[in-house]
Amino acid sequence: MKNESIKILQKRKKAILELWMKNQLAEEGLRDDLMNNEDLRVQSEELLDALLNNLSDDTVGDAESSQFDTVTDILAGISVSRARQGFSPRETGVYVFSLKDALLETLQQEIKDPVILYAQSLKISKLIDSFGIVTFETFIKGREEVILRQTDEIAEISTPVIRVWDGILALPIIGTLDSSRTQIVMENLLQEIVESGSSIAILDISGVPAVDSLVAQHLIKTVSATRLMGAECIISGIRPEIAQTVVHLGIDLSQIITKASLASALRTAYTMLQLEVVKKRRFEKENA
Amino acid sequence: MTMLTLNKDTMAVVKEQDVVPLRNRVKEYATKIGMGLVNQTKLITAASELVRNMLKYAKGGKVFIEVVSKGRENGIRLVFEDKGPGISDVALAMKDGYSTGKSLGLGLPGARRLVSEFDIQSTPGKGTTVTVIKWKNG
Repeated sequence: MKNESIKILQKRKKAILELWMKNQLAEEGLRDDLMNNEDLRVQSEELLDALLNNLSDDTVGDAESSQFDTVTDILAGISVSRARQGFSPRETGVYVFSLKDALLETLQQEIKDPVILYAQSLKISKLIDSFGIVTFETFIKGREEVILRQTDEIAEISTPVIRVWDGILALPIIGTLDSSRTQIVMENLLQEIVESGSSIAILDISGVPAVDSLVAQHLIKTVSATRLMGAECIISGIRPEIAQTVVHLGIDLSQIITKASLASALRTAYTMLQLEVVKKRRFEKENA
Repeated sequence: MTMLTLNKDTMAVVKEQDVVPLRNRVKEYATKIGMGLVNQTKLITAASELVRNMLKYAKGGKVFIEVVSKGRENGIRLVFEDKGPGISDVALAMKDGYSTGKSLGLGLPGARRLVSEFDIQSTPGKGTTVTVIKWKNG
């Protein structure tokens, strides 16, 4: 008696599929521009097959049972491929939930006892709801992977170490300097000092929106590490409002060479290396 | 003179990634009342210090951002409320260079110097509330 409804569903698979297809085709938001009806039927049949074949008395109440692994896999595949095709998560959700309507309608036609009908409908309803959630989760997971990859890429491209001159490195920092960022900056800088044999590093903080005590502490650490490597570190790009704020905060940066602009930091670096930049004299003028 | 609250906003801070959006929100409000760049930077830096303290010692809390008005002067009031372990000796915590963590120990005293008005209430075991006001021309 109990698993009668499951038998009914399995027996009437064809009718359910027809009903489901009818529901889908009648749906206002049907995207026949993204997927033709033939493909839709194939996809729906595959899902329905997997669902009904694994449906049993034990599994009906447990969407996470291992017997539904194929169903979950198919759903995840559908969710991902649909996301790529340009379906919205809502449309994919509606696709799964419209199956519920077809299943419930079939049960209603077959079971006459309202108590049993209610109990069975509730079970099927819960099961399909969980499957609907699977499609959302997969969709979000796909998006999150994209975001994580982009975060990694940003971290990588946002800390370039530039050799501005033989022996002089420049490191423009753009954005907030947090602990993990400082770690990347420091590693890149120290590595580059070794590789290029540079003796001066310029840290440009023009692109850092705010310098609080934590950022300052990170800067001081970076400078100390650079000095340990035998190189000198100049911090440039200190804007007027940053200077005032740092003073009020009571941060002591007097041990560090700081400059307002990258240009003046570069000039200081040239002086330290005993280099001189001179204007090219015109040969004719000398002769004249 | 009575102080009027003109505009109110709440933000929950629970992770390090929330610091930047908070700073941007404070900046938005400060720009709206026409605060100058230097005062803006001071307020944002103070907010940054206090919110970092909140994250580090209390694992997060709530920040209230308000536009306040007193007479002809407009300003921004920020309230940082957490339910962390609290501070056992507030006077010591307000001293330059004192830190129970491994930081510079400038967060609280520095923040006080950056704003116009500063108030701290802390009960050990219950939590800490820091209120700061920065007047537009203060």
